Amino acid sequence: MNPAPAFDVRAFVVGLAAGVIARYLMLRIDYRQYPGYPHGYVSHITHGFLAAGLGAIAWPALISKELSAFTFLALAATQFRDIRRMEREALGLQEQTELVKRGVDYIEGIAKVFEARNYLVMFIAAVSSVVAHQWGLLPGVIAPAAAYLATVHLARGRQIGRIARVKPAKVSFDGPLLKVGNIGLMNIGLEADRKVVLEHGLGAVLQPITPDARRTLADVGQRQAILHDVATVLGLRKDVDTVAFTPLARRDLETGEVGFVVVVEEPDFEVLAEVVRAVPLLESARSRAAHLLQRVRRQGERLGPRP
Amino acid sequence: MPSIENAILAVVTQHPKEVSGGLPVFIVQDDAAAQRVAGSLSHILDAMVHDLQNGTLILVRH
Repeated sequence: MNPAPAFDVRAFVVGLAAGVIARYLMLRIDYRQYPGYPHGYVSHITHGFLAAGLGAIAWPALISKELSAFTFLALAATQFRDIRRMEREALGLQEQTELVKRGVDYIEGIAKVFEARNYLVMFIAAVSSVVAHQWGLLPGVIAPAAAYLATVHLARGRQIGRIARVKPAKVSFDGPLLKVGNIGLMNIGLEADRKVVLEHGLGAVLQPITPDARRTLADVGQRQAILHDVATVLGLRKDVDTVAFTPLARRDLETGEVGFVVVVEEPDFEVLAEVVRAVPLLESARSRAAHLLQRVRRQGERLGPRP
Repeated sequence: MPSIENAILAVVTQHPKEVSGGLPVFIVQDDAAAQRVAGSLSHILDAMVHDLQNGTLILVRH
């Protein structure tokens, strides 16, 4: 009986490196989701390192029958079960102190992405170590690069810019009622506050491009995410005790447009429009209802039982 | 005990006869006084001021 081959350290190292690099590149895709900068970076890279190690060790351990490596694998795998929960809790605690909250949906989306990215890293590292072992160093570098491009392209979330147009809109008052374009937003009773809003407020209206877009924009969590990102980037001219300047987004029920006014430190509509276009579409806001409607209407599918 | 949101915390009015019920009511003589009193109250109570457009302002905790 042949002795098992030696543990392929080179394949393992290639896989590990591929995973960590992939994780680092993923960080730069979307800086907005990482609150604890630079501590957040350290945490994410470390998790990425662990994930890459897990992925890269699997094939070499299997081939060289180093079963102790598998117990290590199983142990480390338990660490990943709770990643989503940990991230959700950390962001949830942070919500208490935010001037404009992210909202539950946005947080859940971020936590899911965090979890998914760690698993992606595991996958990329595993692919890399297998390829490096079987076919050598160069393919071991090319394969993860290809895998990375494929997964990133597939996993890239859609953004608001794809489903809606961002247009500037006039900020005005009808008595105490703050309006953006035609949409009524809120009743501001203090004259001093109204003055500030007129002077420093930026008004924007989002025009949905498709019927599905209407539904997505209607979603409260999605609107809250938009307001949070705008407030974070542009800086809100508000404090904890000035409730009047909390941005609200409201719908025009006829057209499906969504309007809001933000009272900002840096009044620059172009920047606002770019930020809004870059807001990720939340999975929870995607209209599953539209898909169901299509299945029933077009394909005559029966969803429920008949008596 | 669940907290009550959107509750009226106080009322500032020029027509006291139009407000009733167990609320703190502040009676003022003109719009300028109403704005002053409501402004102070809003900072103290961490509340939002709304104008009912009938000479009455309300302070609401959101």
